[in-house]
Amino acid sequence: MVIIVFFALAVICTGAVLGMIFSRNQATSALLLVLAFAALGGLFGLLGAPFLAVVQVIIYAGAIMVLFIFVIMMINMGQGIAPEKKKGIIVLACAMAIVLLIELVFAGRGSLPGAGVTGPGVTPTDLGRLLFTTYAYPFELTSVLILAALVGAIALVKKREP
Amino acid sequence: MTVPAGYFFVLSLVLFVLGIVAFFVKRDLISQFMAIEVMLNSANLAFLALARQAHFADAQVVVFFIITVAAAEAAIGLAIVLVIFRRRKSIRTADLNSLKG
Repeated sequence: MVIIVFFALAVICTGAVLGMIFSRNQATSALLLVLAFAALGGLFGLLGAPFLAVVQVIIYAGAIMVLFIFVIMMINMGQGIAPEKKKGIIVLACAMAIVLLIELVFAGRGSLPGAGVTGPGVTPTDLGRLLFTTYAYPFELTSVLILAALVGAIALVKKREP
Repeated sequence: MTVPAGYFFVLSLVLFVLGIVAFFVKRDLISQFMAIEVMLNSANLAFLALARQAHFADAQVVVFFIITVAAAEAAIGLAIVLVIFRRRKSIRTADLNSLKG
């Protein structure tokens, strides 16, 4: 049963990313990526990480992709740009990608001994306890980082007064 | 019945390679940026799969931090894309050749 869910989510995710590669329209590719990231959230849930599944859907599929769509709407390229006109580059990219995939699978095979074993999941309670005890300092640093990114983004985009 | 961790690992490799292909095939900054996000997410998936197999609970905290930093990175990156668009009136990477000798 779980394996059916896994394969369904994997097909949705891979298909959405493939659709993003082949679509000319940036808004369509952004919406397809929302679908792919939501499916990835489901996969995180299957991996015993319910909190990260929710965070993935809210932050990635929700916040970050909405930011992308905002910028796409602001830039408004009209027709959109065709993926790539020269066939040679696409063929070369696909060939190199296949070589890289085979290489990665071959390299990663050794690091997965007894690939059938999975441990129990981590509840949000455990995660919160870890986050506010062991990792309290990095957590606070992250909030400073987010604040800096916020101020930096506003300072970059703001129109300069002459 | 649980899904073997190797399946998740292979899926993440496939997503990573698709992200690389998208990065090279697309010709505008925003789509290439989206391809980078795909690669980042596939790395998260591989990390979670391997950590679950190794019974390493702290990995979820690390992935949480990665997602948070990715949010900051997306905000800054998109701001840079907007600034480039205002100055050059284009986000095609072929037009950004002022560093070419």
